Amino acid sequence: MLKTFPKGGIHPPENKLTSSKPIQRLPVPKVVYVPIAQHIGIPAEIVVDRKDKVDIGQVIAKSGGFVSSNIHSPVAGTVTKLDMIVDSTGYKKQCIVIRTDAKNASNFVETEYPLKKEIELEPQEILQRISDYGIVGLGGATFPSHVKLNIKADKKIDCLIINGVECEPYLTADHRLMLEKAEEILMGIQILMYALNVPRAIIGIENNKKDAIETFKKLMLQEPKIQVAALQVKYPQGGEKQLVRALLKREVPKNGLPLDVGVIVHNVGTIFAIYQAVQHNKPLIERVVTVTGKKMGKASNFWVKIGTPIKDLITEVGGMPEGTRKIVNGGPMMGKALKNTDVPVTKGTSGILVISEDEASRGETKPCIRCGECVSVCPMGLEPHLLMNLSEKGMFEHAGQEDILTCIECGSCSYVCPSHRPLLDYIRFGKSIVKKLDVSKN
Amino acid sequence: MDSPPIVISASPHVHSDRTSKRIMYDVVIAMVPAFLVSLYVFGINAFIATATAVVSCLLFEYLIQKYLLKAEITIADGSALITGILLAFNLPAGLPIWMIIVGSLVAIGIAKLSFGGLGYNIFNPALVGRVFLLVSFPVQMTLWPTAVENNTTLADAVTGATTLGIIKDGLQFGGTMTELSAQLPSHLNLFLGITGGSLGEMSALALLLGGLYLIARKVITWHIPVAVLGTLALMTGIFWWADSEQYANPLIHVLSGGAILGAFYMATDLVTSPVTKKGMLIFAIGIGVITVIIRLFGSYPEGISFAILIMNAFVPLINKYFKPRRFGSKIKAKIV
Ligand code: SF4
Ligand code: SF4
Repeated sequence: MLKTFPKGGIHPPENKLTSSKPIQRLPVPKVVYVPIAQHIGIPAEIVVDRKDKVDIGQVIAKSGGFVSSNIHSPVAGTVTKLDMIVDSTGYKKQCIVIRTDAKNASNFVETEYPLKKEIELEPQEILQRISDYGIVGLGGATFPSHVKLNIKADKKIDCLIINGVECEPYLTADHRLMLEKAEEILMGIQILMYALNVPRAIIGIENNKKDAIETFKKLMLQEPKIQVAALQVKYPQGGEKQLVRALLKREVPKNGLPLDVGVIVHNVGTIFAIYQAVQHNKPLIERVVTVTGKKMGKASNFWVKIGTPIKDLITEVGGMPEGTRKIVNGGPMMGKALKNTDVPVTKGTSGILVISEDEASRGETKPCIRCGECVSVCPMGLEPHLLMNLSEKGMFEHAGQEDILTCIECGSCSYVCPSHRPLLDYIRFGKSIVKKLDVSKN
Repeated sequence: MDSPPIVISASPHVHSDRTSKRIMYDVVIAMVPAFLVSLYVFGINAFIATATAVVSCLLFEYLIQKYLLKAEITIADGSALITGILLAFNLPAGLPIWMIIVGSLVAIGIAKLSFGGLGYNIFNPALVGRVFLLVSFPVQMTLWPTAVENNTTLADAVTGATTLGIIKDGLQFGGTMTELSAQLPSHLNLFLGITGGSLGEMSALALLLGGLYLIARKVITWHIPVAVLGTLALMTGIFWWADSEQYANPLIHVLSGGAILGAFYMATDLVTSPVTKKGMLIFAIGIGVITVIIRLFGSYPEGISFAILIMNAFVPLINKYFKPRRFGSKIKAKIV
């Protein structure tokens, strides 16, 4: 029996079209658009000005507080503008526009670093490096990694969990990274175990990535402290709380964090970024992005510089297909639909999914027939039909009592509802109001 | 840049292909075997009754929505069709047509649309229609044409009695189960459908077949039917064990009096049953217990219709008190 979380979950068609496509390098864009709010928390503060020459990897916006992150220039070039542009959230955000210097060789030579095994830094230096080098959660949440790693003395961590689940349909960025950079990821895990003094680590991978499981199992033969766990394919297993439950049978308390049950969870992509920062002095200026869609002939995985406009990616895979209805930043379950393709890739962009007419169409909303499907798939044990109803009627206090804030916005409820009710839309709305109410109360 | 016509809506961007409509039509398909048996047993009468109920349910829904409520017409969603078939299944063959029409009006007009239509009704519409007819026309509603007689004379209702009716009357007049057994159909006949009773409750076999289809298609789960029939069997079993002369055996109880029809097709109505599995079990056990009380101690021999309606009324309460366990609300795991 493969491990999984016991309550709720769905199994949408996997559609992993690009799992056998090696990660290619996208040509360096002529212009990059680097937003200063690419992470959860306080936006970074711009420290360059128009016409400034910047180097590749130079800090161009400084962390604006503890829950914030530095931002580095993905290219060598000239700052041409400090502008407001629409980012993946759909809102206009401050952004640094840099024209790539076509003559600067550092933009084009791609150093493939040899695997470096000895760790030279002290634990404290490692954590500082992670903070300085702009590492944030690359699984999509973009939570600044150093905050997660800042463990108060009264908390004890006994297990580091590496999230290689990639439960979103279509996305294969983590899968490819695990296949191509397994040894580096292993080093990254060891670096973190050393820095945090954690005795063991488990890497959780869903069973639809058997090759990745095999690769790691072979590698870990000499590493008794690191386990590889194959997980049953079930969405949303990549959710931290679900993953911790699946791997360790520990349940993170209602308003708590994995830290409360002695666990830290990091995505494989983040681990790789940590490895590069610590061993090769490389800040987070690029990431793997899956560019995919049923009608995308050349769908594949790419190394992409942060700030690359999404249209460059789409051009690379053969242009926008006929009948495109949606462009999604991320996977089909939790990704954000984009207004246009000028939006840049940010640290949180794990994939670009192009959805056509037939796939995007949502059925007409019908009355709730109280079938209970939404209740049985909710991994958080909520009653989505009730939460939607309460939000619709403006009964936010009651919605709060029904734990609306614990919703992880996985979308499983909306996915299964046979009456096509926009459950999550209303729950999101309800959550935003309940949060405000809570704040005003305190 | 050429910008394509793009939709911006919130996630999730994909959707399962299960729709309420498909669920409804699965229920209709599940009722086909029982309908065929009723045609075989009651001939044209079964067809007339079912057609009347279905057409009037659809028509009333259409007329009321169009002229009274001036609302969206929803007759294509399949739910009125189900109500019609279920209502007919709960009636004796040969019931005057106008009564069937009245029953349909009550089911659709009062039990469904006056509550706000599909999804808002508290009581199972078909059952409300049936119980209304039973209370208003007790004589006609308990004239059960029997299988054999009906094959010769089509329209004449004969005062046959249902299995449970025979037992109830017999026991009341001082009979014992041994004495009554000669008048009762065999267990096998009960199972196959050669017995007295309403249109749809004839053949346990046909109903189970449809019920399994519903479970296989994930329209219903096992919880409600198993708990209803289990409770029924267990409780009647205890009485039978205590005194097998005064109480019928549990197999008779399960196979007759519409227990299977009720447990698989009416108690499981999505709208009028609880949403959680826990709630479903409580609801179903309640139905089982009330059915037994009515059958053994009340004045109606069948009882399951009333039991379901009574428990329907408790569904909002059950939904309120039997909630799913919230993730992280009670920490069992220990930190090693
Ligand atoms: S899945 Fe849809 S129809 Fe079913 S109970 Fe939930 S909201 Fe209602
Ligand atoms: S209510 Fe929230 S957590 Fe539950 S299924 Fe819906 S989106 Fe997921």
